[in-house]
Amino acid sequence: MRKIYRFLVSKLRARKLRRRNRSLMGDIGLTLILAFFGLFSLFPLIFTVVNAFKPLSEIFIIPPRMSVQNPTLNNFFDLATIVESFSVPLSRYIFNTGMITGLGTLGTVLLGSMAAFPLAKYTFPGSKLMSNIIVYALMFNASVTAIPNYLIMSKLGMIDTYWAVILPAVGSTLGLYLMKNFMVQIPDEMLEAAKIDGAGEFKTYWRVVMPLCKPAWITLIILSFQQMWGTTGGVFIYTEELKPVTYVLQQMVSGGISRTGVSSAISLIMLIVPVAVFVLSQSNVIETMATSGVKG
Amino acid sequence: MKKNKEPLALIWKRHKYKYLLIAPFASIFLVFTLVPVVVSIVLSFTSFNMVEAPHFNGLTNYINLLVRDDVFLIAVKNTMLFALITGPISYIMCFLFAWMINELPPIPRSIITLVFYAPSISGNAYMIWKLIFSSDTYGWANAWLLKLGFIQSRILWFETAKYVMPILIIVQLWLSLGVSFLAFIAGLQNVDKSWYEAAAVEGIKNRWQELWYITLPSMKPQLMFGAVMQITSSLSVSQISIDLAGFPSISYSGHTILTHLHDYGNVRYELGYACTIAVILFFIMLLCNIIVQKLLRKLG
Repeated sequence: MRKIYRFLVSKLRARKLRRRNRSLMGDIGLTLILAFFGLFSLFPLIFTVVNAFKPLSEIFIIPPRMSVQNPTLNNFFDLATIVESFSVPLSRYIFNTGMITGLGTLGTVLLGSMAAFPLAKYTFPGSKLMSNIIVYALMFNASVTAIPNYLIMSKLGMIDTYWAVILPAVGSTLGLYLMKNFMVQIPDEMLEAAKIDGAGEFKTYWRVVMPLCKPAWITLIILSFQQMWGTTGGVFIYTEELKPVTYVLQQMVSGGISRTGVSSAISLIMLIVPVAVFVLSQSNVIETMATSGVKG
Repeated sequence: MKKNKEPLALIWKRHKYKYLLIAPFASIFLVFTLVPVVVSIVLSFTSFNMVEAPHFNGLTNYINLLVRDDVFLIAVKNTMLFALITGPISYIMCFLFAWMINELPPIPRSIITLVFYAPSISGNAYMIWKLIFSSDTYGWANAWLLKLGFIQSRILWFETAKYVMPILIIVQLWLSLGVSFLAFIAGLQNVDKSWYEAAAVEGIKNRWQELWYITLPSMKPQLMFGAVMQITSSLSVSQISIDLAGFPSISYSGHTILTHLHDYGNVRYELGYACTIAVILFFIMLLCNIIVQKLLRKLG
């Protein structure tokens, strides 16, 4: 008991040293609020995970239970059996997804931040107009523009290639707008200093601006990855060999009631990948903050 | 407007690298975003069913939509009600939770961030709300309310017009810790830590004062970004309405501008009319955006 008490006291002291202007009551209050809403929010994750390990008999219990009595891996074995029967090997679908999400995310982050830098930090003829168009473009509904987009794609001969899903995603202004709003905060003196050191716009962008807004582009990676991971190709990609893995998984989900177990396993897999990307990139942010200690 | 009298050659020479940095994005944006938007606006003045070539019919679509289409008026009313409630609440929620999470030490911080971001990451997990508000006694809400004696007989949640909107609002709020939330988290990490130390010396006493005098003013760009995101997302609700309340929903109680667009674009294939709806929605968003930007400028 004594040890625990001493441990707690030392923790509290450490806490006091660490932060100014923080009351213990406030900390406890915030933690309670976060815990309450966190549980509320966590609901779908728990449900998805639990469902994937339920045997068929438990999936159909009404009302559905949040716990599993006899956990089983059968859903995953069934999934593997179905996957083996495909005419196109699974690795091919995964490769397609890799290409689409990889190129799409890279393009969004790189091109978006490149264009964001001059718009955020300089004024030049056309800069104001371009900044306005970026915001307005966010407000036009994408389901309407899909049809003109299809026509353009077919004129350019890009239908049924990876580009048909990658390029419209890269051309969306969300990423640029996000990056621009972070780059505005970079102090002008830093850019001046870089200029005095003889760095041109390109070098300043790559060596000064990008390292400074790491939290911003990590966030953009998470958002962009999640969006690209969710695409099924739709009408833009119709050759089976070029379809992303999301498409196959959703095909299996729509296989009817006999596939219910399998589809909960699929839901879990669909969830794990974005969560993994999220956790990896978040830990990356924390690491850089811990080592550098300050906001660069 | 300032008149620009510099010759083009000089402008190019002075700003060459800025334009070159923008060029790759601009070319993709032009072809795959701007041109499709312009084409859609042109189509809004035509009658187009995808089979025959579009033919120009002037303002007919606009007049029909604004004067003759009673269902559209219901959709506008629902959308505005929905946006006025979910927009501000979700915006404040995104910021408050991001700020509370930022108070935590690093490792718990990333775990809790994931927990709060979970609904947005988990695809169509919101379908679980269909189970909760299922109309039979097996639905969780009905089962509990019956058990606790609040109601005598089960409620037909999605079949009763007055319950549809409130449920959709709850679900939307639950889903709303998304893009802006992440941007706020990143923005909070970007605030210069030395300012807080300086402020403590200057006599800032607690976290509320820190929030008001330092954090909020230094996060203006992110707050701006979040506002635009919340406006567009709260005005463009459709998928959750279609999935939960069905399409069409009972006496159009869950009908929104975007489900109306979906009706004409994907069901009836009257694309000219669908484009007209998109243009009107665009102007509504623009108007809301101008109002909110004006309000935000007053802050700090």
